[in-house]
Amino acid sequence: MLQVLEKLGGVGLKTLRDMGRMLVFLLYALYMIVRRPGRPIHVLKQIHFIGAKSLFVIFLTAAFTGMVLGLQGYYTLAKFGSEGMLGSAVALSLIRELGPVLTALMVTGRAGSAITAEIGIMKITEQIDALKTMALEPFKYLVSPKIIAAVIAVPLLCAVFDVVGIFGGYLVGVKLLGVNPGAYFYEMEKSVVGKDVFSGFVKSVSFGVIISWVCCYKGYYAGHGAEGVSRATTAAVVMSSVLVLVWDYFLTSVLL
Amino acid sequence: MIKLVNVSKSFGSQSVLSNLCLEVPRGQITAVIGPSGEGKSVLLKHMIGLETPDSGQVLVDGVDITRLGRSDLNQVREKFGMLFQNAALFDSLTVFENVAFPLEEKTPLSREQIRTRVHEALRHVGLGGIDHKYPDELSGGMKKRVGLARALLLGPQIILFDEPTTGLDPIICRAIHQLIVDTHRTFGFTAVIVSHEIPEIFDISQRVAMLFRGEIIEEGATEEIRNSRNPVVRQFIDGSLDGPIQFLK
Repeated sequence: MLQVLEKLGGVGLKTLRDMGRMLVFLLYALYMIVRRPGRPIHVLKQIHFIGAKSLFVIFLTAAFTGMVLGLQGYYTLAKFGSEGMLGSAVALSLIRELGPVLTALMVTGRAGSAITAEIGIMKITEQIDALKTMALEPFKYLVSPKIIAAVIAVPLLCAVFDVVGIFGGYLVGVKLLGVNPGAYFYEMEKSVVGKDVFSGFVKSVSFGVIISWVCCYKGYYAGHGAEGVSRATTAAVVMSSVLVLVWDYFLTSVLL
Repeated sequence: MIKLVNVSKSFGSQSVLSNLCLEVPRGQITAVIGPSGEGKSVLLKHMIGLETPDSGQVLVDGVDITRLGRSDLNQVREKFGMLFQNAALFDSLTVFENVAFPLEEKTPLSREQIRTRVHEALRHVGLGGIDHKYPDELSGGMKKRVGLARALLLGPQIILFDEPTTGLDPIICRAIHQLIVDTHRTFGFTAVIVSHEIPEIFDISQRVAMLFRGEIIEEGATEEIRNSRNPVVRQFIDGSLDGPIQFLK
């Protein structure tokens, strides 16, 4: 019994220590952004990597998500004779919820995992130590630019996701199922208000922070060898995705 | 210049350094020898603050670097250059970008001045025409030479070499050793070389310290160590299987 309690206590303490270390990591990264932001070129490169290179997968995901929403929404609304509300249903679902969340999950899978692997490999091959021996601050090169870039790129990708998704819904609802195109956009314009867009924006900015923070942290503290990096990458993707969904619930309940 | 006083370090339950004391005199090449896995690289990393001791002091020009914050520690690190065992080149940058990196980040030099300095440094280590190659396109010896060029570029007072010739053939090994001697003669830095290249290391160093079971068991001028009667040192230098160092248990 005592041994079980001891083990539970050990796990609890380790979790608390890890959480504390993660928080300190984030605070130090934010401090470095303010104190020594680094060169704009490093941030631009990361925006290109996280943002521009994710465009294709975002386009694809958004188009099919919008199309599915169009289909499902149409059959649900048709039961109540409200097919004309389809535009509103698709747009609100995307702007408030699906756009930010799915964008974040896609960015985690495409760019987040690569960030962890890159930093992890730099760690195990002593490249991070090499930066330190040159009296250079690794956070300035490896962490801060990625956090700034994610905060800029994820909301932009989310905006692209929303627009493409709305047109995906239009394609299915209007072109395939015969919803009136005027009604589709009119209802959308009537029901989507600034608060909805703001809520989606706040979510995507905070998801950008979560993804870059967790993925950089996991890479920076990756274990030994290829296996260590592989484990860190898996852990980063899982933890980012779960945190995005938990934080999404929290924000939704606050911003509703 | 560098002084380690009663430094102890453990990783989990494994003690690596135990009350270790060592003094590295200014302007000389000091070699740290010892069997593999005895903590030589860990010792080197303590000198530049990449590892923090569990207890003891690491003094660089009289300043205990174990008590310094990040910013003060970086000021001390300005005095250092380091050549890692695997060169630790940035693998996403070309040779030119690798060598230019510290200059771009730490000096206000123009592009043209940086280009001149980088080519000069690469010439010093006998490399030319490989500006656009990536580290994974280089041989082990070339990587080490690029690493050395990068370490030399900001004119450090101290250079730490972590097994600079491990895994290289005897000719490249001799060439790297000669390069260390030549650059030391030209730039006059203090050098600490971790190595188990016996007897070659005796030809390039002025002082030798032997690390065994977490302690420096003997240190002194190269000739003193070469002629040591200490059974551990003797066995290591002679490469004998019989003696206090037990490899096959």
